[in-house]
Amino acid sequence: MPEPLLTVRGLNAWYGESHILHGVDFDVSPGEVVTLLGRNGAGKTTTLKAIMGIVRRRTGSVRFEAAELATLPSNAIARLGIAFCPEERGIFASLDVEENLLLPPVVKPGGLGVDAIFALFPNLRERRHSQGTKLSGGEQQMLAIGRILRTGARLLLLDEPTEGLAPVIVQQIGRTIERLKRDGFTILLVEQNFRFAATVADRHYIVEHGRVVDLIPNAALATSMDKLHEYLGV
Amino acid sequence: MPTQALFGQLLIGLINGAFYAMLSLGLSVIFGLLNIINFSHGAQYMMGAFVAYFCLQWAGLGYWWALLVAPLVVGTIGIVLERTMLKRLYHLDHLYGLLLTFGLALVIQGIFRNEFGSSGLPYGAPALLTGGYNLGFMFLPTYRAWVVLFSLAVCLATWYVIERTKLGSYLRAATENPTLVQAFGINVPRMITLTYGFGVGLAALAGVLAAPIYQVNPLMGADLIIVVFAVVVIGGLGSIMGSIVTGFGLGVVEGFTKVFYPEASNTVIFVIMALVLLVRPAGLFGRAS
Ligand SMILES: Nc1ncnc2c1ncn2[C@@H]1O[C@H](COP(=O)(O)OP(=O)(O)OP(=O)(O)O)[C@@H](O)[C@H]1O
Ligand SMILES: [Mg+2]
Repeated sequence: MPEPLLTVRGLNAWYGESHILHGVDFDVSPGEVVTLLGRNGAGKTTTLKAIMGIVRRRTGSVRFEAAELATLPSNAIARLGIAFCPEERGIFASLDVEENLLLPPVVKPGGLGVDAIFALFPNLRERRHSQGTKLSGGEQQMLAIGRILRTGARLLLLDEPTEGLAPVIVQQIGRTIERLKRDGFTILLVEQNFRFAATVADRHYIVEHGRVVDLIPNAALATSMDKLHEYLGV
Repeated sequence: MPTQALFGQLLIGLINGAFYAMLSLGLSVIFGLLNIINFSHGAQYMMGAFVAYFCLQWAGLGYWWALLVAPLVVGTIGIVLERTMLKRLYHLDHLYGLLLTFGLALVIQGIFRNEFGSSGLPYGAPALLTGGYNLGFMFLPTYRAWVVLFSLAVCLATWYVIERTKLGSYLRAATENPTLVQAFGINVPRMITLTYGFGVGLAALAGVLAAPIYQVNPLMGADLIIVVFAVVVIGGLGSIMGSIVTGFGLGVVEGFTKVFYPEASNTVIFVIMALVLLVRPAGLFGRAS
């Protein structure tokens, strides 16, 4: 097992006075695709936002390579080479598609070029002068993923990239994640759709009530179905 | 109707419109990113005129230097204000920012009135811009033409930077979703500070432009800012081109009202504001949120 790229230990987080994360522990190795699975409101998004520094009130340890993130502001965390794709996608209405794509600054060498991103998502090229929010839901998701691939970040935090999308688009996003994995990206993926998660991930952490309660390697997923149904309530 | 009077009022309208546009532009940019209605904008405009006056009295620096120095000095004071006070209010209702900046405006105007009285200090136009042109149908004072053209250029340059450049795309994006823009690696708090400094600097620049026309007076911004707020309401907060078009447009409307129905010239903008609020509460160019 190589040194983990991301190590989360005893992570607590609060929104105002509400205590949401109660000691989250997990790690992600370089080149892995790891998911956080869990019910609505379990704290998956909050975990990503606490890693990213978007939730400011947090304690515990988040280690990325040699850096400790738990005290840094989010702009400094991004500069270390972590990129976040939010659940609500966060496409800017006052920017066109191209401006949205070029918005996140390049923080490290080795990101994808604009042409490579257009090759992954040809729709975006055709619509590059449209207002960002005029795109379909699937195209907005492609834009939201595409724009963080330029930055040179090696760790991608993707929050439910398949939520509410048609099956063909889900497949396209699945292929994209596989391709990124082959290219050496490390991906922490939040999913509700474990059938999709099973097609792309190496390991699955189960989040419940603000804690990680179980770890299921993808190979063991088939034999853990009963357990999984209970965790996810599906 | 003598055309002389018509064109005379058109020119006055354009001059007033130039100030409305520059001031409402700054207010719009500040409100968009800081979520604060900057009621000290009029006081900061007045400070710009005073810095021009001080430059001349104390350092012998004339008008052209003042155009550069006043925005820098007043903008820097704005930055200190933002860092020490305004930044504590961003998570609160608009009302808090409005009250704080309103109070600051009263304090600043009070101090200047105490020191300099309220009769107004003379400030001359630079030699290059004195005199005028006889256009046949009217006399066009050079300085007034300069004010209209210069402020139009400043407004359009601001529009260009915000709507057409990379830096502007950061500003627009951060106006929509500052949290996400910061999570992409942009230092949004610093951008907010500089934006406030820029908006305030724009007010100070307008103050320098105004000094040779209206003299330098501690209360010069107090009345103007009320009209500018009406302009902002009509145009709709947050639209850059909206501020510019509405500013110049309302100046002209006001000018023509003086010709055709002088009794209404002081109220016409407020009447238009009431009508716009009835029909389009978000303003002519505003996006309903
Ligand atoms: N801004 C907020 N302020 C207060 N509480 C919040 C906020 N955002 C989320 N919460 C609460 O925090 C808890 C965890 O939310 P979170 O968004 O992390 O869940 P999640 O696992 O991502 O769920 P979902 O699958 O629905 O996206 C929930 O109880 C939610 O109500
Ligand atoms: Mg979520």
